[in-house]
Formats: sequence, structure tokens, C-alpha cells
Amino acid sequence: MRNPLSNVVVDIQPSGIRKFFDIVSEMKDAISLGVGEPDFDTPWHIREEGIYALEKGRTFYTSNAGLKELKIEICRYLDRRLGLQYDYNNEVIVTVGGSEAIDIAIRAMVDPGDEVLVPQPSYVSYVPCVTLAYGKPVVIELQEKNQFRLTKEELLSKITDKTKILILPFPNNPTGAIMERKDLEDIAQVCIEKDIFVISDEIYSELTYNGEDHVSIACIPGMKERTIVINGFSKAFAMTGWRLGYAAGPQEILKQMIKIHQFAIMCAPTNSQYAAVEALKNGDKDVDRMRESYNQRRRFLLNAFKEMNLDCFEPFGAFYAFPSIKRFNMTSDEFANRLLQEEKVAVVPGTAFGDCGEGFLRISYAYSLEQLKEAFGRISNFVARLDAKNSENQ
Amino acid sequence: MREKILESIEKNARIDLKDLAVMLGVSEAEVANEIADMEKEKIICGYHTLINWDGTNEDKVTALIEVQVTPQRGLGFDKIAERMYNYSEVRAVYLMSGGFDFTVILEGKSMKEVAQFVTERLAPLEAIRGTATHFILKKYKDHGTVLVKNSQDERMLVTP
Repeated sequence: MRNPLSNVVVDIQPSGIRKFFDIVSEMKDAISLGVGEPDFDTPWHIREEGIYALEKGRTFYTSNAGLKELKIEICRYLDRRLGLQYDYNNEVIVTVGGSEAIDIAIRAMVDPGDEVLVPQPSYVSYVPCVTLAYGKPVVIELQEKNQFRLTKEELLSKITDKTKILILPFPNNPTGAIMERKDLEDIAQVCIEKDIFVISDEIYSELTYNGEDHVSIACIPGMKERTIVINGFSKAFAMTGWRLGYAAGPQEILKQMIKIHQFAIMCAPTNSQYAAVEALKNGDKDVDRMRESYNQRRRFLLNAFKEMNLDCFEPFGAFYAFPSIKRFNMTSDEFANRLLQEEKVAVVPGTAFGDCGEGFLRISYAYSLEQLKEAFGRISNFVARLDAKNSENQ
Repeated sequence: MREKILESIEKNARIDLKDLAVMLGVSEAEVANEIADMEKEKIICGYHTLINWDGTNEDKVTALIEVQVTPQRGLGFDKIAERMYNYSEVRAVYLMSGGFDFTVILEGKSMKEVAQFVTERLAPLEAIRGTATHFILKKYKDHGTVLVKNSQDERMLVTP
């Protein structure tokens, strides 16, 4: 029999998170700080709308690009929150989570051999999606000294004649880094000069804590026509399991994205779309409440790091912190594994998000204060033990 | 700042002041002072415990009584309310809009005890025109807290 498998697929490395998940699942009474989703339930008025849609028998396909009503609300939302104007008719598509939007945006724009710049540490799917589209992923390693923001110099150093797309993953999972307007202006200037398109994954756009609203790179003059903005309902409205996201961008690109979506997916889940209309119409106060709650826990976390003398730059976005463990002379994998074995706390090694995550851990604070306190007590014990050992050896 | 402190301690009166200060990004002294001031100003009126008595061996019945009154000269709503709320059996008294005037929440050991209180203490008050007593059969949610189910973290342990 011939080899049934595609070499391209076989060569893709499985997600590092998966490996760690298997170890953690074996472990009884482990406390996890490893989850990449909100700890809130979807607000009831949104769930109620989903239930109502089922009751009314709204169980059919919607049009490929999504319910008209939802597309209109998405455009209103993007205008209200980011100051971005899109035509609901041909510049927006509703997708199965932000993940699908990432995939079809890349596939719609990449030809074999095109280079796609992927800043890391970042979400696990960009590189495999580029590879599956026969593009060439080119990693940009972000630096802690820049607070894991992307700089103009880093961008310029990786651009070749083959460079076509820059993925811009901010606010960032796993680092919690954000890009402010002045940072984006630098990047925009390079993209315009070098004629590069941007896929801006802004799924955490509602979760910023620097006292200012998130800025989309599409708002910088000259960028809207070369940017696909990706967002969704998972993080802002605590709707991960509903699998609903969207992309907005130039009609020319959206048209091709809709084509892929139409053949691969058909349409996003109908009842999730009805629930999402309610989320956008009446969910702003829920978002505010959750943001405030994450921010309080974020402060708690940073203070706990300080007390146990663990270096961490201040993350202003998402619900993650990315502390450095370099002073312990251990790899992220070793640290995470020992922490799990010895104190039964699960955190994700930074390397799950790219090689340059070595020396860091991703710690999620989407947990109750009680859970965080318990986990931090244990981490603190672990760190104290390591420090005691180190000073013995000296 | 006050509102944020209140929102936190309304949900958890036993939160550690140090934790609360860290979470709000201010000093512990500042939080303590605000709380002390709000206690003085009667914005914070007490720190009670939310108990689901159904889970204990203690027999308790709670009744919600609609009271209609006729305010009289020199005896406005506030005075009438005072004559009701001074009874220790009375847990709460609210002045209402709509079809009746007061809601009185009463707690007693038995339905008989509650009924007796209504007929012997409340109904005879001169200003009271009528009462309608409703017994609470089951409390599902109280003070913003669902009493009937345990919420569990059902998320997978590690996700990207």
C-alpha cells in the first residue's frame, strides 16, 4: 500500500501544549493555571438568546458569510469600539472562531513560497496554517526588553523580496503584550513602504489594562486597505465553546476568503450567530465587568511575582503573564514539569509558543482568587526551595 | 474607589484587605480608611453571612407579607414602618410602589408562629388596612448568589 499521508501534514509538529496536556490529565488534584479561555460563563442573556433561537427552530444554514443581522452588528461594533468602518455586505465574514479566520485569511493570500512573518512567542496556529498553505513561515523572535512588542528594526531585518504578509498577534497570547498607537505607526510605515499585508489577530482587543482602548493597525492611515482584522466572541464575551469569530477587510480579499469558507465550512453555527447578535447589542456592560475583574486578578498576580522575586514585565493585555525563570538555570520544560510533579501546579512552558519562549512560563489568571492564591502559595514554596538549593551550592 | 471596594466586599465581606488593596492598585491603608469612613457614614451597614438554612437542622420559615396602610395625620409611612421594623422577628421592611404599601419579611420557627405574629402584632396596628402573607417554599438565589447548585470548573486543564 502507498503511504496514505501527506508529507506536509506529517512534518508539522504537534502542539507543545498537547504534550503537556497529556501529562497534566494524568495527574489527580493538580491546580491548573494553563487554560487559554475565560473562567466566566457566557452571560445569561446571550445564552438565553441561543436557547430561544433553538426553540424557534432556527436550525438551518445561514448565508455563507453569516447572518445579515450579525454582520451589521459586527460593523457597528468595529465602528463603536475601534473607529473602523466596514461595509457589512462585502467586507465582513463570520467564521468558526478566530481560528478559522486566521486559516482562511492565510490561504486566501499565500501562494507557494510566499513568506509570512510570524512574531513569536504567539498563538500556536499561525505557523502550521502558513505551512498548510504552502507558504514559508518566517519567525520574528520578540524580546522581553521590548516588552515583547514588535519593533520596526526586528520587522525590517526579516523582510525579503518574498515577504508578503505580517501576522500581528496583539494583545498577545502568551505574553500579554500590547502594541500602542505609536508602536503600530512604526510598523505601518514599514508595511506600506515594503508593500506587505497584515493579518491582525485582535481576539483579545477588549482585554487591555493600560487605561486606553485597544488600537487596531487598520486605523493607521494607509493600513485599512492592506489589513485583515480578525476578532471574535470567545474572549470578550466568554463564548469559546460557541466557536464564533469574524474577519473584516478589503472586499477583494474577503471575496476569496468567503470562497474557501463556503466550500470548507458552509457557514458558522446558526444558533451561535443569533446569540452573538445579542452579545453585540447588549453585552458591553458584561465586557466591562469581566475586564475589571481580570485587571484586579492581574494586579494580584504581578504582586505575587514580586513577593516571590520572580521577574515579570507588566502585561497590559489578554489574561496571561509571562514571567522569566532564567535565574533558575532550568529550561521552561524542566521548570513546568518539576512544578507539576512537586507542587501539582500546571503552567505552560513558554516554548509551546515558539523557541524564543525558552526561559519563560505562560500563567493564565482566568481563575478565581481562591484558585490563584492556592496556586501561588505552591509556586512560592517551589521557588523558595530552588533558591535555598542554589544558595547552598554557592 | 469606594464603589470598587463596595462591589468587592458585597460579594465577599471576608476578603483580605491586603489582597483587596493589591487588586485595586492602592495601599492597604487607603482601603482601610475608606471602609472605616463608609462604616461611619452608614454606607456599610454590617457584615452578614449568607446562610442556606435549608441545609441545617434548624427549622425556619420565611414569609413575605404585603401590607396596606392608611397613613394618618402625624403618622406618615416612616412612622408606620418604624412600628413594624422594631420587632426583632421582622427581617426587612420596604416601602413599595404599586398595589400595596409595604413588604415585610418575617422569619419564624413555624408557619403558626409567623401567622400568630401577623394576626397579633401587625394586623391590629391602627394604620394597617390589610395584609397578605406569602410563605417562601424554596430559596433558589439570594443576595445575587445561587443557593441550589455547585458551580464547577469544567474547562480542560490546559488549552492554547
